[in-house]
Amino acid sequence: MEIPYTYKPRPDTGLYNAKVGIWLFLASEIMLFGALFSSYILLRVQAPMGEWPKVAGAWPQGLLNIPIGTFNTAVLITSSVTVVLAWAALKMNNFKAFRRYMVVTLVCAFGFLGIKSYEYNEKFTHYELRLKSGEAMTGHLEVNGKHPGFWDFGSIYNLARLEKEKVTEIKFTADPVKPKSGEKHADSASHAHEAKTYALGDIAKLDAFVLRNHTFFAIYFVITALHGLHVLGGALVLGYFAFPGSSMWKSNPEQFTNRIEVAGLFWHFVDLVWIFLFPVVYLL
Amino acid sequence: MSTATSHPNSAAHEHAVEHHHEPGFWQKYIFSTDHKMIGIQYGLTSLGFLLFGFFLVMCMRFQLANPGAPIPVFGRLLEAILGDTAKGGVISGDLYNSFGAMHGTIMVFLAVVPLAFGAFGNYVTPLQIGAPDMAFPRLNMASYHLFFWGGVLMLASFFVPGGTAKSGWTSYSPLATIAEFEKPFNGQTMWLIGMVTLITSSLLGAVNFITTIIQLRARGMSWMRLPFFVWAQFVTGFLLLLAFPPLEAAGVLQLADNLFHTSFFLPNGLVISGQQLPVSGGGSPLLWQHLFWFLGHPEVYVLILPAMGVVSEIIANNTRKPLWGYKSMVYATMSIGFLSFIVWAHHMYLTGMGTKVSTFFQTTTMMISIPSVMILTALFVSLWGGSIRFNTPMLFALAFLPMFGIGGLTGLPLGFNASDIYLHDSYYVIGHFHYVVAPGTIFGLFAGIYFWYPKMTGRYMSEILGKIHFWFSLIGMNLIFAPMFVQGIKGMSRRMADGGTTYFGADDIALTLNKSITHAGVLLALAQIPFIINIFMSIRTGKKVENDNPWGATTLDWATPTPPPHGNFTSEPVVYRGPYEYSAPGAKLDYLPQDKKP
Repeated sequence: MEIPYTYKPRPDTGLYNAKVGIWLFLASEIMLFGALFSSYILLRVQAPMGEWPKVAGAWPQGLLNIPIGTFNTAVLITSSVTVVLAWAALKMNNFKAFRRYMVVTLVCAFGFLGIKSYEYNEKFTHYELRLKSGEAMTGHLEVNGKHPGFWDFGSIYNLARLEKEKVTEIKFTADPVKPKSGEKHADSASHAHEAKTYALGDIAKLDAFVLRNHTFFAIYFVITALHGLHVLGGALVLGYFAFPGSSMWKSNPEQFTNRIEVAGLFWHFVDLVWIFLFPVVYLL
Repeated sequence: MSTATSHPNSAAHEHAVEHHHEPGFWQKYIFSTDHKMIGIQYGLTSLGFLLFGFFLVMCMRFQLANPGAPIPVFGRLLEAILGDTAKGGVISGDLYNSFGAMHGTIMVFLAVVPLAFGAFGNYVTPLQIGAPDMAFPRLNMASYHLFFWGGVLMLASFFVPGGTAKSGWTSYSPLATIAEFEKPFNGQTMWLIGMVTLITSSLLGAVNFITTIIQLRARGMSWMRLPFFVWAQFVTGFLLLLAFPPLEAAGVLQLADNLFHTSFFLPNGLVISGQQLPVSGGGSPLLWQHLFWFLGHPEVYVLILPAMGVVSEIIANNTRKPLWGYKSMVYATMSIGFLSFIVWAHHMYLTGMGTKVSTFFQTTTMMISIPSVMILTALFVSLWGGSIRFNTPMLFALAFLPMFGIGGLTGLPLGFNASDIYLHDSYYVIGHFHYVVAPGTIFGLFAGIYFWYPKMTGRYMSEILGKIHFWFSLIGMNLIFAPMFVQGIKGMSRRMADGGTTYFGADDIALTLNKSITHAGVLLALAQIPFIINIFMSIRTGKKVENDNPWGATTLDWATPTPPPHGNFTSEPVVYRGPYEYSAPGAKLDYLPQDKKP
């Protein structure tokens, strides 16, 4: 028994099965990310007005690293171009060029993930400090003479944990306060870069930029992590086709080319999600 | 025509006898890629879940009628398995909530949808469109296995410390998160993981079904020659494909709320037992409800459309007449598919989302009743002037019509904002949607089982047992659900574990009805025994079918050998005409099969 149209297009629809399948799958993916983007909008719209961290619960803006985000966007777009070139190379019967372009695609994919994890690490080691006096700031934490880092696992602190470990005081290096446009450099900004010591009793809230801290971080991490998983999944599939799975090129070149096309469609979708994600979470 | 050898019960026998080109036991029955075997796997698993979900609700019904009394027969067993929550065989309030949540979840996601879409869709759709198999057979297998393990996860959650999910089948936040806030890995978390698995399974299924229907139709099978059953499955596929992902997203967000203590659905200043919850707040409980019901409402049509498909096939076949208004039924189905995406917030009139929003959703809700009534009317008119064969499948199909009618019409007061405010969360709501799903959808699916059983096994199911099953189920169902309308209109809340004794006067008619409903439940349970006996006995002792097309049907599923072999058709089928050419003037037989040359 053979299933019709596995790689030959059906005459009246002009499509082979996998292409119909992937488009349907992408439709469902649009609904998945659409729901997450809608959640983002709703959470942001209902957040109180004001400037974070001064106003607790306000929507933080400008926290994410725009140059790095821009670079990552370029990386992902490049990989989208190379995956098309790889497919075109197969169409032109040039297997060597196909493999070359696939390698570039994979390098871009893993490069993107590497840069993203660097960004994550930056966030996990960045802290919000809120004093009982009402003062609020962001900056870097020093506990027992050590800067907690993400890589020594489980070293993300919050107030409850410091209390549990019977820490009495912490050092905190506040970020320079960004001057508002029209305002002159405030004096406070110049000496903000020095570490100050705070007694634990004066602190109302201390937490890293992690999911539990704020709904902004929560939605940011969930959407980007889900997108990252899509990148990883896509990269694994493309990697399989580029190396172990490429033996099909000899037995059934037409089906193999179709496989690259279908995987490429998914890859473009992943790219497209990022193209929406970047302005929404970094720029707006 | 071969005899019935390929049913699951003869697995051991098949295994012992090594056929040359027949795959081994695991290949054939567990990791099969044949759509028919997968359909049967789905069918048996979901019927098992249907029985289990029914058992849960029977425990609840007993508790409602006799608050505080130990469950007869099964009480000890429950105590042995579940420990203190069922102390002395009595259902505690906590356990009642768990059973309620799991009854809903199991019935909707593990029983009715897999039976309607997974089992019938898998078995019948490729046969009716003349395809050798599904477009992606291995994906089909994966989707069954994901469904199975999602179900196992759901059941395993009973044994997690703190018990299984107990925040209703809707898993509303913040209750779902704060119920066991101290233990992040709890029954609710398992429920969410199970849900995400099930959703993934139905997504793969939906992609597969739609692709199969678009791509693998036989030569000559144009869109308007598709049997109505296939159309129903096609639209259902789109509903699953597009409505489930938002719930998957919501599930991931609620999972983060439970595991990482985020606040997607937790508002500011949440206090439990006098202590402020240590979370950031800033989330929105309404967001969960929107995401949930965005799935939840199309889901209702996922439940009902396949049953309508089954019933249409059986009615056309047993009235020996073409379906009246086939094309308008198709267009009505498409309209239902579209409209079902914009009615979800009629579940949320009481949440304070505002009257303007309510007005919009009230309007769309009234609009969607029009295509539903069109389909029902077309089916009723199809009966007109037919000389009806009253066999068991036809009886179930005929009962579907008024039962679904009652379910649908009692939904109208719930769709109106003003009357819903009074009826919301009362037993009226339970009566309404159970009329749609239990004597509606499930009767449709029973009809389908009796109808296609001869194709699956080569033998009829017993007509006598079938008729006993039908009549007692029909009486039982109505005695259960009709009094619920009365209880609801009297204001009885749907959530009380003690059946309202603390709320009503003990002499109140609503409390008396609790007892009569429970008795009717026992009757319904007993009525299922002949069905279970029938389904297993008939494999060996049922009357053999005379030929491959015992019902004299027109569609391609009856043009295959019985049971259909791997690859389904002996030669490539070609379609020459529409699906319901019954009693065509001048024809020798009273029907013209779709693949009969003109």
